[in-house]
Amino acid sequence: MKRGKPWAWIVFILGASYFLLPLLATFNFSLRIRKDQLTFDAYANVFADPRFQATLGYSLLIGVCTILVGILIVVPAAYYVRLRAPRLRPIIEFITLLPLIIPAIVLVFGYIRLYNSSSLLPMTNSFFGTGLLLTCAYVALGLPYMYRAVDTGLRTIDVQTLTEAATILGASQATILTKIIFPNIIVAVLSGAFLTLAIVVGEFTIASLLNQPTFGVYMQNVGANRAFEPAALAIIAFLLTWGAMGMIQLLARFAPKTARED
Amino acid sequence: MATLPATAETTAGPVKTGPAPLRTRLRALPAGLRLGDLLAVAPFVLFAVMFLLLPMSYLVVQAFQAPDGSPTLENFASLFTPKTLDSFAISIRVSGASAILGALIGLMIALAVIRGRLPSGVRAAVMTFSGVASNFAGIPLAFAFLATLGRLGLVTVILKTVFGIDIYRAGFNLLSFWGLTLTYLYFQIPLMVLIIAPAVDGLKREWSEAAATLGASNWQFWRYVGLPVLWPNLLGTVSLLFANAFGAIATAYALTGSTLNIVPVLLYAQIQGDVLGNRGLGAALALGMVAITALANVIYLVVRTRAERWLK
Repeated sequence: MKRGKPWAWIVFILGASYFLLPLLATFNFSLRIRKDQLTFDAYANVFADPRFQATLGYSLLIGVCTILVGILIVVPAAYYVRLRAPRLRPIIEFITLLPLIIPAIVLVFGYIRLYNSSSLLPMTNSFFGTGLLLTCAYVALGLPYMYRAVDTGLRTIDVQTLTEAATILGASQATILTKIIFPNIIVAVLSGAFLTLAIVVGEFTIASLLNQPTFGVYMQNVGANRAFEPAALAIIAFLLTWGAMGMIQLLARFAPKTARED
Repeated sequence: MATLPATAETTAGPVKTGPAPLRTRLRALPAGLRLGDLLAVAPFVLFAVMFLLLPMSYLVVQAFQAPDGSPTLENFASLFTPKTLDSFAISIRVSGASAILGALIGLMIALAVIRGRLPSGVRAAVMTFSGVASNFAGIPLAFAFLATLGRLGLVTVILKTVFGIDIYRAGFNLLSFWGLTLTYLYFQIPLMVLIIAPAVDGLKREWSEAAATLGASNWQFWRYVGLPVLWPNLLGTVSLLFANAFGAIATAYALTGSTLNIVPVLLYAQIQGDVLGNRGLGAALALGMVAITALANVIYLVVRTRAERWLK
């Protein structure tokens, strides 16, 4: 009764080999830059490349901006809808699901057409404007995940009682949002944030079409010109993704629960 | 910022803590509109309009416009060239194959770790890994598969030198339909595991016990209970995986450059050469993509709503 069934072990082992083999092969490949010996030179090359640091830094910066903008637009709206206008929920949910329906490449195509240098709002004219456009594109990409995370966070706390209590004590709506609701859902917000970061940091399509010097574009560039460094980059990217996901798992342990059991 | 005192009135019902004195203290406001509420939703609405609704509507309008601005269906007609039709066919085949295989294999893995009585640590590890692998897509994934199954990839070389099997001579190519499908499965299977796990959890042990008590064989249980319950979920997830693969471009682009003729790669080239090309044609191509992913997602949403009644 306690032992695993044989077929389950077989499926598990076959699955595990499909998923682990490419990782092991890639890691092994990344060590073979020198003939007849295994070295970490490919990694040294990558880390020593100033473009690696510059592009990864820029991608992380864009990632943080994406998270901040995402929080700013999602948290107040989700709070408002949950507290005051549950009837609007299906509409808001539909809008947040749109980025899953519209492929990223189509979305950025629309941006390029709408905000190009000869349009009413020429965002692609300056580096700052294009960076802002990239950030907005990433906010859109992360919107389904950010909204879900925040909404789940709001569900675990008693929004109504907290709001009423704070209102009785004379808090303004802004105070309630920033000092009461937000600290209570910070764990959920952060898990949405790390998921967004995992999606954004290696993103290629949008950044490439907007001519932005991001980590994804850099990786593609290295892939087209080098043999062993791409494998090292793949391992680094995998570890970055793992780090972001690990943070989400870690955060889940600290989630507060004030919701009434009813 | 919001200076008005927020009211505790909600559409959900009467205030539970001392409603009467509270209500009298609050300033009377016109029903529906409050400044604080407007401020709360304004950023979201502004963003949705500027960066989701307007760009998409703009593309829709352009898709139906001739270069001189007059309304036309010409742009859609010009999608029916052999090259474009071919790219749609390849895209649909790769997305379909990776979605169906991904769903089947993902279901097998979910069944194995949840119902196969494997140690509980295995399940936790599989779920964590699925979270990571479903997000491990794009450029690095292409690199990993090139290092594994490319011409000089480790597995290719080991198969050739140790086992004497030259998979490239046997007709395998990473830059082909099966190569791309095999690569896409790396993020499709984990996504399937993540989505289907709650549904598999919902197959209550009592059901198989009840079936066994009534004399049903294992096969009969799956044929008449298990699969019919999971079926809507399976179908829905397949359409979600399909849309997921259909819009993906980075992996294919890093693997093959622009040699593999799939729709997103075609659109990518179209956008880069946008200045020269016909404006309406690119918009029509983009709209064609959205139509297919939208259809897949609608199927997913409809089917999921129907499936949820079993999963309490």
